[in-house]
Amino acid sequence: MNLLHAVISRLPFEWAHFEFMRNALLAVIIVAPLFALIGTLVVNNRMAFFSDAIGHASLTGLGLGVLLGLADPFWALIGFALLLGVGILALQRFTRSTMDTVISISMCFSLALGVVLLSHGGGFNRFSSYLIGDLLSITPREIGRLLVTSVLVGGGLLLGYNRILLIGLNESLARSRGRSAWWPQLFFCAAIALVVTMNLGWVGILIINSLLVLPAAAARNIAHDARQYVLFTVGISLFCGVAGLIASFYANTATGATIVLVAMGCYLATLGVKWWTARAD
Amino acid sequence: MENLHHHHVGLAPHRCGECCTRIEKLNVTLNRQPVLEDITLHLHCGELTTLVGPNGAGKSMLLKAILGEVSHGGTIHFLPVAGHGREDAPVIGYMPQQLDFDRNSPVNVHDLFAMAASRWPVALWYSRRTRRAALESLRYVEAEPLIDRRLGQLSGGELQRVLLALSLTPMPNLLLLDEPVSGIDAAGRELFYRTVSDLRRRFDLSILMVSHDLAGVTAVSDRIVFLNRRIVCLGRPAEVVANRELRRTFGLDLGPLEASRP
Repeated sequence: MNLLHAVISRLPFEWAHFEFMRNALLAVIIVAPLFALIGTLVVNNRMAFFSDAIGHASLTGLGLGVLLGLADPFWALIGFALLLGVGILALQRFTRSTMDTVISISMCFSLALGVVLLSHGGGFNRFSSYLIGDLLSITPREIGRLLVTSVLVGGGLLLGYNRILLIGLNESLARSRGRSAWWPQLFFCAAIALVVTMNLGWVGILIINSLLVLPAAAARNIAHDARQYVLFTVGISLFCGVAGLIASFYANTATGATIVLVAMGCYLATLGVKWWTARAD
Repeated sequence: MENLHHHHVGLAPHRCGECCTRIEKLNVTLNRQPVLEDITLHLHCGELTTLVGPNGAGKSMLLKAILGEVSHGGTIHFLPVAGHGREDAPVIGYMPQQLDFDRNSPVNVHDLFAMAASRWPVALWYSRRTRRAALESLRYVEAEPLIDRRLGQLSGGELQRVLLALSLTPMPNLLLLDEPVSGIDAAGRELFYRTVSDLRRRFDLSILMVSHDLAGVTAVSDRIVFLNRRIVCLGRPAEVVANRELRRTFGLDLGPLEASRP
């Protein structure tokens, strides 16, 4: 850790002299590949709206944590996000309604519950930092936690990668291969909940989903096979994270939102590339 | 009509005729509505059985019940087939409807085979073995050159052949085809039926196919099942096509056969 700090601080840039920037840079480099990996699956399996709901549910988890008087609301956040994820999948299977309706219902419910819990006693403003997030407040201890969860969740996702991707292409086909659609989906759901919750503090509830979806959507414009898809997504995700962080330092803006804007730029650029190559053919 | 019948005789397959899959008194209920009732159907090796029936007759549901995707009453019993497959875990090949298949995914044909056959994440690397297996299956349907093409770049007929090849990897005991010819032109349908017909004889496969293309399937099927929540009629193509309810459903009663009736 200290070594990394020493290396980064040798860089001939103004931002590299600040410890909070070096911490933020490390966090971005750890988290970007994991966001990318999850993003490829979220986009492929048309679960963008689902992951959005999980992200918003963290507000409720926060409210529950406060209500229960927990010093660190982390476990309440994870617990509620998982509960909501499982609830959405179960409700969809039980009612056989369309997924978007079920997600919308669940999201409205959890948001309302979260706002009710947090506004109890009239102090909602205390929590508004969670809406936008603050990357620069990240501590070395949190970076350690990010590293451990990233390795665990990333490894688990890679093990189930083929199955989850195949379920997204055609669920019946995946089933015919003797592969239950339920467990991988549940694990996937848990992974989204965990990662969203872990990174909420610095990205913010409002925009965390775009970090999952945008790099993968951009890579989809230019990738020709599954391996390129993942490689490009990781590359774009890392680039947007680092570029957005540095841009936010000089422009003095919220880091999460700046990263998202850079990612949107990447998406438009790849769209241009796709259009250009299609025209050239 | 006679013309079709003639075709059928021409294709009469060599088969062992053993009974491979026994579906007994199967029923499926969704939201308290019966979707399938009292289905008893025996599928034989080397035989192509085609399911026809109106929309909502439960054709795809029957395939899903066999796949274990929906819970059902009654029993499905798989018998062991000469050497390969186990009674409790038969290999079931499945070819999904093209309409339900996500073609915008940045996945190529090789990825598709690797995803279905192996656990090594396609995101990291490709194994030579899965590529060889994929090429071999693609050869059965004359689609080897398609291996590095993106799914989105395939024509309807090409995707159909790729999905068929995938359903043959590994070689199944029972092959389920869900409306394989929807959205394919007449020439493509003809080619597909010929391929399936050849495969059935070559590998002694038992095949259950859902189709809307009554005229096309009478020529290649060994048996046709007319399904409308329950089995209305079951038999050789010529017998089933003569069924009055089926003729009404498919709008055949205005055809020459009815007109020539006294």
